[in-house]
Amino acid sequence: MEIIKPGINIDFIGRRYLGYGISALLLIASLLTLVINAGPNFGIDFVGGTIVQVQFDQKVEIADVKTGLDQIGLGGSAVQRFGAAEHNEFLIRTNDPLSTGDDFSGDISKALSASTNADPEIRRVEMVGPQVGETLREKALFALFYALLFITIYISGRFEMKWMLSAATAGALIGAVYVFSLFNVSIPFLILVALIVSLVLFYQLHLRFAMGATVALIHDVTITVGVFTLLGKEFSLPIVAALLTIIGYSLNDTIIVFDRIRENFRRYNRSSLEGNINRSINETLSRTILTSSTTLMVLLCLFFLGGDIIHDFALAMIIGVVIGTYSSVFVASPMLLFMQGGASPVQGTAAPDAA
Amino acid sequence: MKGYTWRVLVVLGIILAAVVYVVPTFKPGIWPNKQINLGLDLQGGMHLALEVETQKAVDGTLDRIQGEMRTLLRKERIRHSRMAASGDNGLVIGLMDADDVEKVEDLIESEFEEVTVRSSSSTQGDVNVEIAIMAERAGQIREQAVEQALETIRNRIDQFGVSEPDIRVQGERRILIQLPGVKDTDRAKELIGRTAQLEFKLLDEDNSVQRALEGQVPPGSEILYQSGDTAQESRRPYLVKKDTLLTGAYLEDARVKIDPQYNEPYVTIDFDRRGARIFERITAENVKKQLAIVLDNNVYSAPVIQEKIGGGTARITGNFSMQEAHDLAIVLRAGALPAPVEIIEERTVGPSLGHDSIRMGLISMAVGSVLVLLFMAVYYQLAGMIANTALVVNILLIAAGLAAFGATLTLPGIAGIILTIGMAVDANVIIFERIREEQRLGKTPAAAIAAGFDRAAVAVLDANVTTLIAALVLYQFGTGPVRGFAVTLSLGVLASLFTALFACRLIFDYFYSVRRMKTLSI
Repeated sequence: MEIIKPGINIDFIGRRYLGYGISALLLIASLLTLVINAGPNFGIDFVGGTIVQVQFDQKVEIADVKTGLDQIGLGGSAVQRFGAAEHNEFLIRTNDPLSTGDDFSGDISKALSASTNADPEIRRVEMVGPQVGETLREKALFALFYALLFITIYISGRFEMKWMLSAATAGALIGAVYVFSLFNVSIPFLILVALIVSLVLFYQLHLRFAMGATVALIHDVTITVGVFTLLGKEFSLPIVAALLTIIGYSLNDTIIVFDRIRENFRRYNRSSLEGNINRSINETLSRTILTSSTTLMVLLCLFFLGGDIIHDFALAMIIGVVIGTYSSVFVASPMLLFMQGGASPVQGTAAPDAA
Repeated sequence: MKGYTWRVLVVLGIILAAVVYVVPTFKPGIWPNKQINLGLDLQGGMHLALEVETQKAVDGTLDRIQGEMRTLLRKERIRHSRMAASGDNGLVIGLMDADDVEKVEDLIESEFEEVTVRSSSSTQGDVNVEIAIMAERAGQIREQAVEQALETIRNRIDQFGVSEPDIRVQGERRILIQLPGVKDTDRAKELIGRTAQLEFKLLDEDNSVQRALEGQVPPGSEILYQSGDTAQESRRPYLVKKDTLLTGAYLEDARVKIDPQYNEPYVTIDFDRRGARIFERITAENVKKQLAIVLDNNVYSAPVIQEKIGGGTARITGNFSMQEAHDLAIVLRAGALPAPVEIIEERTVGPSLGHDSIRMGLISMAVGSVLVLLFMAVYYQLAGMIANTALVVNILLIAAGLAAFGATLTLPGIAGIILTIGMAVDANVIIFERIREEQRLGKTPAAAIAAGFDRAAVAVLDANVTTLIAALVLYQFGTGPVRGFAVTLSLGVLASLFTALFACRLIFDYFYSVRRMKTLSI
């Protein structure tokens, strides 16, 4: 069985400006969303706060739940239904890291059962103090930073076969970040600095593949975060895990295409860069689509059947996989073309054959 | 085809080892290997992060030094005007006579090991000596406070009865506690978080409580309130001398007893020999005075000492419920926390929610697997079936890896396995597509397979390395459930590399090199 026929030849490169347009639109929309919202909607994991998930044995009204919370001084909490309506399940959320000691669950149970005349079961309590939230935020950002750093080093090393150069890049990058960290700047700013430094380095050193891959990565993560924020979803620890996985996974397709571009350059030495890139994208199109499809298949199962706690994680992954697949065709590969200005044509480097 | 037998043995060996590791999870006790641990989010339980207020332990030491200093100055007949904490673990002693400065300095040198003189000044009738706890010693006190808190909490939890609790220090002054399956979380927190500092202090009967409440607290005394659930203002105030005569440190045992007269539980405490001697002396010296029993700065009772009490037994009463008395006995037996602790993070999952999570995780895993298996079988036929076999082995290997490394399976971990199912076949897809390409070039099945595997291997490796890097970074920085995701994802990536590049290749070799099948079903 074949979905994508072998002889397929779509002019992706010819339509690259369409891709640029779509990407620009998505990026601007994402950044605008983030600016308007003053950053992503951080969940309690990162800003501190308390979540209580409570299930009643019969139908209750949100208003009654709120009345009950009012009685014990939790009137300012946000109350929302959790999952399907027939589950009678609610999520109570405050941004205060409440002291959950001293009969916390007991008090809530009593107050809620009095106000709703139903029997509440407290199924989950999460309280994160501000100091823990800060630690977790820091850890999450560092994780993103290091993942980007290591993957960039790997990509520039593997694709250009210039491990020394990539090690030097890494050294310069770490040095730059270290210098900036001396000035006590915030971590998001550090990451921004690191990204700009690496892009400038890649450009200056003509590390085309590394540049393409990194731009695609930034593209994917930014848009995933933007779309996620636009949908009003909250950032929690599992979402950071999803972002990291996207960083790793969205490169898969890019790597397959890049490998083929390099291989084709050795085979058809004379052809234009444009033609080569287009040929390579088409030749690998079936696997680009198939690999993403199988992953999306299981992610959709997780999204629809995995339960409410894992719902947002699955959603973030789905967005990331879709964007990542798109970017490997419309962002990463055209970037090679963009990089051609000022650079010598891509040569077949001494890399082994690949798919 | 080289080393075919050898490769078969490797694959079979690994599968066998995996089975050995996985079986105990489904049939516990069949052999000594461990079951796969379930995270708190799946089996229900409580995760707590506590912060030990270590500075309080240093402050406590300073308080003690202040008391000893006062006694010593009195003994040496050195008159002092005031004595007050001066910040940064310092203590200022105001002296009446400038000539005493040297004497005080000598005393500190000879009597106090933990403090140094920070500065002395005598300007026009204002003579001050400032002493401070040595920085090194303060650090030691902080460290010990955390260690001791860990030990005490461990004792309390052991007596509370939680199976397989995990209690460890994180960073400088945090303690992480995992209590699987704990039901009464309020009670557990109360038990863990309570300082349980038991003190015996005399009431200050020379001064009026009323005047102290109006703001004129005599030096050396303080106002403490009767214990109880109500707001502090509505509880009975006591004017208590600051000097602590005896503490819970000398306690040997604490038990719950029932008062036969009122049928009310109380806690009886036994002092050790030294404590009993101190108690006997205190009671002998203060007959007809009121002795307050103070727990965490709440007065439980302040009985009048009728006569000297020997034998070293005292009782704590206070309208306890049976459970409260029981828990009080536990914390007293386990000892006081050297400093108060604050709960800075809590994650509690009820057993029913954990159950639901497992059920839904398994359902989505089953449905996802079936979809992927069907897709592969339909799209790639025989090759697809080979990939499917590899996928099953893959899941087996992840489970075995979890058991072998004693890793914990969490809800995100299940998501990681599901994700791996989708990603594992990616490697097969990449290889199979390459084989198809090679076949179109006119190669024989065996040659197409060989070329397909060889050429795709690098791409497969590259693609998986990036995911592995992300997973490892996540493992390094992640905590709890997220770490479980990093574990299953890493295991999944490694397992899929093995199955796709090694095991699948072996099966292909069997069909097309050993059995020499003529048509390639892919």
